[in-house]
Amino acid sequence: MILFILCFVLFMVGLYGVIIKRNLIKIIIGVAIMEYSVNLFLILIGYVNEGNVPILPLPEALVNKPFVDPLPQALVLTAIVIGLATTAMLLSIAIRLYRKYGTFNIRKINSLKG
Amino acid sequence: MEIYLMIMLVLMIMGSIFSLSAKDLLSAVISYGIVGFGLVISFLLLQAPDLAIVQVVVEVVTLIIMIAVIKNTTHEEQKKDFNFSAIIYFAAIAFFAVTFFVVFDKMTGMLTNFGDHFTRMRMATAYINGVHETGAANLVTGIVFDFRAYDTLGEATVLFTAVVGVLTVLRIKGKKDEK
Amino acid sequence: MKGMSIIVKKICQILAPVIFLFGLYVVAHGHLTPGGGFAGGVIMASSFIFQIIAYGSILPKLRHEEHGLEFLESGAILGFLVIAALGLILSGTSIFFAEFLNKGTAGNLISAGFIPIENIVVGAEVCAGISIIFMALAVFKDEVTK
Repeated sequence: MILFILCFVLFMVGLYGVIIKRNLIKIIIGVAIMEYSVNLFLILIGYVNEGNVPILPLPEALVNKPFVDPLPQALVLTAIVIGLATTAMLLSIAIRLYRKYGTFNIRKINSLKG
Repeated sequence: MEIYLMIMLVLMIMGSIFSLSAKDLLSAVISYGIVGFGLVISFLLLQAPDLAIVQVVVEVVTLIIMIAVIKNTTHEEQKKDFNFSAIIYFAAIAFFAVTFFVVFDKMTGMLTNFGDHFTRMRMATAYINGVHETGAANLVTGIVFDFRAYDTLGEATVLFTAVVGVLTVLRIKGKKDEK
Repeated sequence: MKGMSIIVKKICQILAPVIFLFGLYVVAHGHLTPGGGFAGGVIMASSFIFQIIAYGSILPKLRHEEHGLEFLESGAILGFLVIAALGLILSGTSIFFAEFLNKGTAGNLISAGFIPIENIVVGAEVCAGISIIFMALAVFKDEVTK
Protein backbone atom coordinates (compact mmCIF):
# COMPACT_ATOMS: atom_id res chain seq x y z
CA MET A 1 0.00 0.00 0.00
CA ILE A 2 2.84 2.40 0.82
CA LEU A 3 4.30 1.65 -2.60
CA PHE A 4 1.07 2.65 -4.32
CA ILE A 5 0.99 5.90 -2.35
CA LEU A 6 4.61 6.67 -3.24
CA CYS A 7 3.73 6.09 -6.89
CA PHE A 8 0.83 8.53 -6.47
CA VAL A 9 3.21 11.09 -4.95
CA LEU A 10 5.46 10.74 -8.01
CA PHE A 11 2.43 11.37 -10.24
CA MET A 12 1.52 14.48 -8.23
CA VAL A 13 5.10 15.80 -8.55
CA GLY A 14 4.73 15.52 -12.32
CA LEU A 15 1.36 17.28 -12.21
CA TYR A 16 2.90 20.05 -10.10
CA GLY A 17 5.51 20.52 -12.79
CA VAL A 18 2.90 20.71 -15.53
CA ILE A 19 0.71 23.28 -13.75
CA ILE A 20 3.15 25.52 -11.87
CA LYS A 21 6.26 25.69 -14.06
CA ARG A 22 6.40 28.21 -16.87
CA ASN A 23 9.32 26.78 -18.80
CA LEU A 24 8.30 24.56 -21.72
CA ILE A 25 11.13 22.06 -21.10
CA LYS A 26 10.10 21.74 -17.44
CA ILE A 27 6.50 21.10 -18.52
CA ILE A 28 7.64 18.34 -20.88
CA ILE A 29 9.71 16.78 -18.07
CA GLY A 30 6.59 16.88 -15.88
CA VAL A 31 4.54 15.05 -18.50
CA ALA A 32 7.24 12.40 -18.86
CA ILE A 33 7.39 11.90 -15.07
CA MET A 34 3.62 11.37 -14.92
CA GLU A 35 3.89 8.79 -17.67
CA TYR A 36 6.68 6.92 -15.85
CA SER A 37 4.71 6.81 -12.61
CA VAL A 38 1.67 5.33 -14.37
CA ASN A 39 3.86 2.67 -16.04
CA LEU A 40 5.40 1.75 -12.69
CA PHE A 41 1.96 1.58 -11.04
CA LEU A 42 0.69 -0.91 -13.64
CA ILE A 43 3.70 -3.16 -13.13
CA LEU A 44 3.37 -2.92 -9.32
CA ILE A 45 -0.20 -4.23 -9.59
CA GLY A 46 0.88 -7.24 -11.63
CA TYR A 47 3.64 -8.40 -9.27
CA VAL A 48 3.34 -11.71 -7.45
CA ASN A 49 5.43 -12.51 -4.40
CA GLU A 50 8.47 -14.60 -5.38
CA GLY A 51 7.16 -14.74 -8.93
CA ASN A 52 9.07 -15.97 -11.94
CA VAL A 53 10.07 -13.95 -14.98
CA PRO A 54 7.46 -14.79 -17.67
CA ILE A 55 9.88 -16.64 -19.97
CA LEU A 56 9.25 -20.28 -20.29
CA PRO A 57 11.99 -22.92 -20.14
CA LEU A 58 12.32 -22.82 -16.35
CA PRO A 59 15.27 -24.17 -14.37
CA GLU A 60 14.45 -27.09 -12.08
CA ALA A 61 14.52 -25.10 -8.85
CA LEU A 62 11.86 -22.61 -9.94
CA VAL A 63 9.22 -24.88 -11.49
CA ASN A 64 6.79 -24.73 -8.58
CA LYS A 65 6.70 -20.95 -8.21
CA PRO A 66 4.04 -18.82 -9.96
CA PHE A 67 4.64 -16.41 -12.81
CA VAL A 68 4.20 -12.66 -12.47
CA ASP A 69 1.30 -11.31 -14.55
CA PRO A 70 2.55 -10.88 -18.14
CA LEU A 71 -0.41 -8.77 -19.33
CA PRO A 72 0.53 -5.39 -17.75
CA GLN A 73 4.10 -5.95 -18.97
CA ALA A 74 2.86 -6.36 -22.54
CA LEU A 75 0.73 -3.21 -22.31
CA VAL A 76 3.51 -1.09 -20.76
CA LEU A 77 6.05 -2.35 -23.33
CA THR A 78 4.19 -0.54 -26.11
CA ALA A 79 3.39 2.46 -23.90
CA ILE A 80 7.11 3.16 -23.26
CA VAL A 81 7.94 3.45 -26.96
CA ILE A 82 4.87 5.63 -27.59
CA GLY A 83 6.06 7.82 -24.71
CA LEU A 84 9.41 8.37 -26.46
CA ALA A 85 7.66 9.39 -29.69
CA THR A 86 5.25 11.78 -27.97
CA THR A 87 8.06 13.35 -25.93
CA ALA A 88 10.01 13.94 -29.15
CA MET A 89 6.88 15.47 -30.70
CA LEU A 90 6.45 17.85 -27.74
CA LEU A 91 10.14 18.79 -27.88
CA SER A 92 9.93 19.58 -31.59
CA ILE A 93 6.95 21.87 -30.93
CA ALA A 94 8.97 23.55 -28.13
CA ILE A 95 12.00 24.13 -30.37
CA ARG A 96 9.74 25.55 -33.08
CA LEU A 97 8.15 27.97 -30.56
CA TYR A 98 11.61 29.02 -29.39
CA ARG A 99 12.59 29.89 -32.96
CA LYS A 100 9.48 32.05 -33.34
CA TYR A 101 9.43 33.87 -29.98
CA GLY A 102 12.98 33.54 -28.63
CA THR A 103 11.92 32.26 -25.21
CA PHE A 104 10.69 29.12 -23.45
CA ASN A 105 8.49 31.08 -21.04
CA ILE A 106 4.87 30.24 -21.85
CA ARG A 107 3.44 33.30 -20.07
CA LYS A 108 5.57 35.51 -22.30
CA ILE A 109 4.57 33.55 -25.39
CA ASN A 110 0.95 33.96 -24.35
CA SER A 111 1.28 37.74 -24.09
CA LEU A 112 3.17 37.99 -27.41
CA LYS A 113 0.34 36.58 -29.49
CA GLY A 114 0.53 36.84 -33.26
CA MET B 1 12.01 -6.74 -1.68
CA GLU B 2 9.43 -4.14 -0.80
CA ILE B 3 11.97 -2.04 1.06
CA TYR B 4 14.29 -1.85 -1.96
CA LEU B 5 11.40 -0.69 -4.13
CA MET B 6 10.53 1.97 -1.54
CA ILE B 7 14.10 3.23 -1.56
CA MET B 8 14.08 3.38 -5.38
CA LEU B 9 10.75 5.23 -5.41
CA VAL B 10 11.92 7.77 -2.82
CA LEU B 11 15.06 8.31 -4.89
CA MET B 12 12.92 8.83 -8.00
CA ILE B 13 10.68 11.33 -6.19
CA MET B 14 13.73 13.25 -4.96
CA GLY B 15 15.20 13.25 -8.45
CA SER B 16 11.99 14.52 -10.01
CA ILE B 17 11.63 17.30 -7.43
CA PHE B 18 15.21 18.39 -8.01
CA SER B 19 14.70 18.18 -11.76
CA LEU B 20 11.65 20.45 -11.62
CA SER B 21 13.31 23.01 -9.32
CA ALA B 22 16.79 23.16 -10.92
CA LYS B 23 18.07 26.58 -11.95
CA ASP B 24 19.74 25.39 -15.14
CA LEU B 25 17.88 23.42 -17.79
CA LEU B 26 20.83 21.10 -18.45
CA SER B 27 20.95 19.97 -14.82
CA ALA B 28 17.17 19.61 -14.91
CA VAL B 29 17.41 17.20 -17.84
CA ILE B 30 20.26 15.23 -16.30
CA SER B 31 18.48 14.80 -12.98
CA TYR B 32 15.41 13.73 -14.94
CA GLY B 33 17.61 10.79 -15.94
CA ILE B 34 17.52 9.69 -12.27
CA VAL B 35 13.79 9.01 -12.62
CA GLY B 36 14.21 6.93 -15.78
CA PHE B 37 17.12 4.84 -14.55
CA GLY B 38 15.44 4.34 -11.18
CA LEU B 39 12.51 3.01 -13.15
CA VAL B 40 14.86 0.55 -14.90
CA ILE B 41 16.05 -0.84 -11.55
CA SER B 42 12.46 -1.06 -10.29
CA PHE B 43 11.48 -3.06 -13.39
CA LEU B 44 14.36 -5.44 -12.79
CA LEU B 45 13.29 -5.90 -9.15
CA LEU B 46 9.70 -6.50 -10.32
CA GLN B 47 10.77 -9.37 -12.62
CA ALA B 48 10.21 -7.54 -15.90
CA PRO B 49 13.47 -7.76 -17.90
CA ASP B 50 11.70 -6.98 -21.21
CA LEU B 51 10.63 -3.62 -19.89
CA ALA B 52 14.02 -2.95 -18.32
CA ILE B 53 15.78 -3.40 -21.67
CA VAL B 54 13.32 -1.15 -23.51
CA GLN B 55 13.34 1.48 -20.75
CA VAL B 56 17.13 1.76 -20.51
CA VAL B 57 17.52 2.32 -24.26
CA VAL B 58 14.54 4.67 -24.49
CA GLU B 59 15.82 6.71 -21.53
CA VAL B 60 19.23 7.17 -23.15
CA VAL B 61 17.67 8.25 -26.46
CA THR B 62 15.28 10.65 -24.68
CA LEU B 63 18.18 12.26 -22.80
CA ILE B 64 20.16 12.63 -26.05
CA ILE B 65 17.22 14.29 -27.82
CA MET B 66 16.52 16.61 -24.85
CA ILE B 67 20.19 17.66 -24.57
CA ALA B 68 20.31 18.23 -28.34
CA VAL B 69 17.27 20.51 -28.06
CA ILE B 70 18.73 22.44 -25.11
CA LYS B 71 22.12 22.90 -26.78
CA ASN B 72 20.31 24.31 -29.82
CA THR B 73 18.33 26.82 -27.77
CA THR B 74 19.05 28.09 -24.26
CA HIS B 75 20.11 26.87 -20.83
CA GLU B 76 18.42 29.54 -18.82
CA GLU B 77 15.49 29.05 -16.52
CA GLN B 78 13.28 32.06 -15.83
CA LYS B 79 13.53 33.86 -12.54
CA LYS B 80 10.71 33.36 -10.12
CA ASP B 81 8.26 36.21 -9.68
CA PHE B 82 5.42 35.45 -7.32
CA ASN B 83 2.22 37.22 -8.16
CA PHE B 84 -1.45 36.67 -7.60
CA SER B 85 -1.90 34.04 -10.31
CA ALA B 86 0.59 31.74 -8.59
CA ILE B 87 -1.83 31.40 -5.67
CA ILE B 88 -4.55 30.27 -8.08
CA TYR B 89 -2.25 27.62 -9.54
CA PHE B 90 -1.31 26.33 -6.09
CA ALA B 91 -5.01 26.15 -5.23
CA ALA B 92 -5.58 24.16 -8.42
CA ILE B 93 -2.76 21.77 -7.45
CA ALA B 94 -4.27 21.28 -3.99
CA PHE B 95 -7.71 20.66 -5.49
CA PHE B 96 -6.34 18.10 -7.96
CA ALA B 97 -4.31 16.40 -5.23
CA VAL B 98 -7.29 15.98 -2.90
CA THR B 99 -9.65 14.82 -5.67
CA PHE B 100 -7.17 12.37 -7.16
CA PHE B 101 -6.29 11.01 -3.74
CA VAL B 102 -9.93 10.27 -2.90
CA VAL B 103 -10.37 8.46 -6.24
CA PHE B 104 -7.03 6.70 -5.80
CA ASP B 105 -7.90 5.54 -2.30
CA LYS B 106 -11.20 4.03 -3.45
CA MET B 107 -9.47 2.43 -6.43
CA THR B 108 -6.58 0.82 -4.57
CA GLY B 109 -9.05 -0.36 -1.92
CA MET B 110 -10.50 -2.63 -4.62
CA LEU B 111 -7.06 -4.01 -5.53
CA THR B 112 -5.26 -6.73 -3.68
CA ASN B 113 -2.23 -5.86 -1.58
CA PHE B 114 1.18 -5.63 -3.18
CA GLY B 115 2.33 -9.12 -4.11
CA ASP B 116 -0.98 -10.91 -3.54
CA HIS B 117 -2.07 -10.57 -7.14
CA PHE B 118 -1.95 -14.36 -7.61
CA THR B 119 -5.48 -14.76 -6.28
CA ARG B 120 -7.03 -12.90 -9.20
CA MET B 121 -4.95 -14.01 -12.18
CA ARG B 122 -7.57 -15.97 -14.15
CA MET B 123 -6.91 -14.07 -17.38
CA ALA B 124 -3.15 -14.19 -16.93
CA THR B 125 -3.37 -17.93 -16.36
CA ALA B 126 -5.10 -18.26 -19.72
CA TYR B 127 -2.25 -16.32 -21.32
CA ILE B 128 0.41 -18.37 -19.53
CA ASN B 129 -1.16 -21.63 -20.72
CA GLY B 130 -1.49 -20.05 -24.18
CA VAL B 131 2.14 -20.81 -24.92
CA HIS B 132 0.86 -23.98 -26.58
CA GLU B 133 -1.21 -21.83 -28.93
CA THR B 134 1.47 -19.26 -29.85
CA GLY B 135 4.62 -21.36 -29.52
CA ALA B 136 6.65 -18.39 -28.22
CA ALA B 137 8.80 -19.12 -25.18
CA ASN B 138 8.73 -15.45 -24.14
CA LEU B 139 5.19 -15.00 -22.84
CA VAL B 140 5.25 -11.20 -23.13
CA THR B 141 6.10 -11.41 -26.83
CA GLY B 142 3.37 -13.98 -27.27
CA ILE B 143 0.83 -11.54 -25.81
CA VAL B 144 2.11 -8.48 -27.69
CA PHE B 145 2.24 -10.09 -31.12
CA ASP B 146 -0.45 -12.74 -31.01
CA PHE B 147 -3.21 -12.34 -28.44
CA ARG B 148 -3.12 -8.55 -28.57
CA ALA B 149 -1.74 -7.91 -32.03
CA TYR B 150 -4.41 -5.28 -32.62
CA ASP B 151 -2.88 -3.21 -29.79
CA THR B 152 0.50 -3.46 -31.46
CA LEU B 153 -0.97 -2.39 -34.80
CA GLY B 154 -2.48 0.65 -33.09
CA GLU B 155 0.84 1.40 -31.40
CA ALA B 156 2.66 1.25 -34.73
CA THR B 157 0.12 3.69 -36.15
CA VAL B 158 0.58 6.09 -33.23
CA LEU B 159 4.36 5.98 -33.69
CA PHE B 160 3.96 6.66 -37.41
CA THR B 161 1.64 9.59 -36.66
CA ALA B 162 4.12 11.05 -34.17
CA VAL B 163 6.96 10.80 -36.71
CA VAL B 164 4.88 12.47 -39.40
CA GLY B 165 3.96 15.16 -36.86
CA VAL B 166 7.63 15.81 -36.02
CA LEU B 167 8.49 16.06 -39.72
CA THR B 168 5.61 18.47 -40.33
CA VAL B 169 6.44 20.71 -37.38
CA LEU B 170 10.17 20.86 -38.11
CA ARG B 171 9.93 21.51 -41.85
CA ILE B 172 11.15 24.96 -42.82
CA LYS B 173 11.02 24.87 -46.60
CA GLY B 174 8.03 23.54 -48.47
CA LYS B 175 8.33 20.60 -50.78
CA LYS B 176 8.19 22.85 -53.86
CA ASP B 177 11.42 24.68 -52.99
CA GLU B 178 13.49 21.53 -52.88
CA LYS B 179 14.38 21.47 -56.55
CA MET C 1 25.87 19.85 -36.49
CA LYS C 2 29.68 19.63 -36.50
CA GLY C 3 31.48 16.33 -36.19
CA MET C 4 33.71 15.38 -33.26
CA SER C 5 37.44 14.64 -33.05
CA ILE C 6 39.22 11.83 -34.91
CA ILE C 7 39.32 9.63 -31.80
CA VAL C 8 35.54 9.68 -31.46
CA LYS C 9 35.14 9.03 -35.17
CA LYS C 10 37.45 6.02 -35.04
CA ILE C 11 35.69 4.54 -32.01
CA CYS C 12 32.36 5.11 -33.70
CA GLN C 13 33.62 3.27 -36.77
CA ILE C 14 34.39 0.25 -34.60
CA LEU C 15 31.40 0.33 -32.23
CA ALA C 16 28.44 1.38 -34.39
CA PRO C 17 28.30 -1.88 -36.42
CA VAL C 18 28.53 -3.87 -33.19
CA ILE C 19 25.59 -1.95 -31.69
CA PHE C 20 23.60 -2.51 -34.87
CA LEU C 21 24.41 -6.23 -34.80
CA PHE C 22 23.32 -6.44 -31.16
CA GLY C 23 20.02 -4.80 -32.12
CA LEU C 24 19.53 -7.39 -34.87
CA TYR C 25 20.26 -10.16 -32.35
CA VAL C 26 17.70 -8.78 -29.90
CA VAL C 27 15.09 -8.60 -32.68
CA ALA C 28 15.82 -12.09 -34.02
CA HIS C 29 15.63 -13.71 -30.56
CA GLY C 30 12.61 -11.70 -29.43
CA HIS C 31 10.39 -14.77 -29.07
CA LEU C 32 12.93 -16.62 -26.90
CA THR C 33 14.72 -14.09 -24.68
CA PRO C 34 13.84 -10.68 -23.19
CA GLY C 35 13.72 -8.05 -25.88
CA GLY C 36 11.88 -8.11 -29.15
CA GLY C 37 10.98 -5.70 -31.90
CA PHE C 38 10.58 -2.61 -29.73
CA ALA C 39 13.83 -2.93 -27.77
CA GLY C 40 15.86 -4.04 -30.80
CA GLY C 41 14.46 -1.25 -32.95
CA VAL C 42 15.47 1.43 -30.47
CA ILE C 43 18.95 -0.14 -30.11
CA MET C 44 19.44 -0.05 -33.90
CA ALA C 45 18.22 3.56 -34.00
CA SER C 46 20.73 4.46 -31.28
CA SER C 47 23.49 3.15 -33.56
CA PHE C 48 22.35 5.61 -36.27
CA ILE C 49 22.15 8.43 -33.70
CA PHE C 50 25.70 7.63 -32.56
CA GLN C 51 26.95 7.95 -36.14
CA ILE C 52 25.18 11.28 -36.69
CA ILE C 53 26.60 12.73 -33.46
CA ALA C 54 30.14 11.49 -34.10
CA TYR C 55 30.44 12.36 -37.78
CA GLY C 56 28.32 15.49 -37.89
CA SER C 57 25.56 15.99 -40.40
CA ILE C 58 26.12 16.44 -44.11
CA LEU C 59 22.85 18.04 -45.09
CA PRO C 60 22.02 16.64 -48.57
CA LYS C 61 23.09 13.13 -47.58
CA LEU C 62 21.03 13.26 -44.40
CA ARG C 63 17.97 14.38 -46.31
CA HIS C 64 18.43 11.53 -48.75
CA GLU C 65 18.64 9.02 -45.89
CA GLU C 66 15.57 10.52 -44.26
CA HIS C 67 13.67 9.88 -47.47
CA GLY C 68 14.74 6.25 -47.55
CA LEU C 69 13.83 5.70 -43.91
CA GLU C 70 10.37 7.16 -44.49
CA PHE C 71 9.81 4.51 -47.16
CA LEU C 72 11.08 1.84 -44.76
CA GLU C 73 8.71 2.95 -42.01
CA SER C 74 5.58 3.10 -44.15
CA GLY C 75 6.54 -0.20 -45.75
CA ALA C 76 6.93 -1.82 -42.33
CA ILE C 77 3.42 -0.81 -41.24
CA LEU C 78 2.11 -2.10 -44.56
CA GLY C 79 3.98 -5.35 -43.94
CA PHE C 80 2.31 -5.70 -40.53
CA LEU C 81 -1.09 -5.34 -42.18
CA VAL C 82 -0.12 -7.81 -44.90
CA ILE C 83 0.75 -10.39 -42.22
CA ALA C 84 -2.64 -9.81 -40.62
CA ALA C 85 -4.39 -10.24 -43.98
CA LEU C 86 -2.36 -13.38 -44.80
CA GLY C 87 -3.62 -14.86 -41.55
CA LEU C 88 -7.13 -14.08 -42.72
CA ILE C 89 -6.64 -15.67 -46.15
CA LEU C 90 -4.33 -18.64 -45.58
CA SER C 91 -5.54 -20.01 -42.26
CA GLY C 92 -9.05 -20.78 -43.45
CA THR C 93 -10.66 -18.99 -40.50
CA SER C 94 -12.18 -15.52 -40.68
CA ILE C 95 -9.87 -13.90 -38.10
CA PHE C 96 -7.22 -11.22 -38.54
CA PHE C 97 -3.81 -12.25 -37.19
CA ALA C 98 -4.68 -15.95 -37.33
CA GLU C 99 -1.75 -18.35 -37.27
CA PHE C 100 -0.82 -19.56 -40.76
CA LEU C 101 2.63 -21.03 -40.25
CA ASN C 102 3.89 -24.10 -38.43
CA LYS C 103 4.30 -23.41 -34.73
CA GLY C 104 7.20 -25.73 -34.05
CA THR C 105 8.37 -26.48 -30.52
CA ALA C 106 8.66 -23.58 -28.09
CA GLY C 107 12.30 -22.73 -27.44
CA ASN C 108 13.74 -23.34 -30.91
CA LEU C 109 14.96 -20.41 -33.00
CA ILE C 110 12.59 -21.30 -35.86
CA SER C 111 9.33 -21.54 -33.98
CA ALA C 112 6.29 -19.55 -32.88
CA GLY C 113 4.78 -19.20 -36.36
CA PHE C 114 4.64 -15.63 -37.64
CA ILE C 115 5.82 -13.96 -34.40
CA PRO C 116 9.50 -13.67 -35.53
CA ILE C 117 8.38 -12.06 -38.82
CA GLU C 118 6.25 -9.57 -36.90
CA ASN C 119 9.20 -8.88 -34.62
CA ILE C 120 11.38 -8.02 -37.62
CA VAL C 121 8.69 -5.78 -39.15
CA VAL C 122 8.10 -3.89 -35.90
CA GLY C 123 11.85 -3.60 -35.32
CA ALA C 124 12.29 -1.98 -38.73
CA GLU C 125 9.39 0.38 -38.05
CA VAL C 126 10.64 1.53 -34.63
CA CYS C 127 14.25 1.87 -35.89
CA ALA C 128 13.16 4.01 -38.84
CA GLY C 129 10.82 6.14 -36.71
CA ILE C 130 13.32 7.04 -33.98
CA SER C 131 16.11 7.67 -36.52
CA ILE C 132 13.84 9.97 -38.54
CA ILE C 133 13.00 11.99 -35.43
CA PHE C 134 16.67 12.59 -34.60
CA MET C 135 17.58 13.32 -38.22
CA ALA C 136 14.76 15.85 -38.48
CA LEU C 137 16.16 17.64 -35.41
CA ALA C 138 19.69 17.67 -36.91
CA VAL C 139 18.44 18.91 -40.31
CA PHE C 140 16.35 21.61 -38.62
CA LYS C 141 19.33 22.92 -36.67
CA ASP C 142 21.53 23.03 -39.77
CA GLU C 143 18.88 24.80 -41.82
CA VAL C 144 18.34 27.40 -39.12
CA THR C 145 22.01 28.19 -38.55
CA LYS C 146 22.82 28.28 -42.25
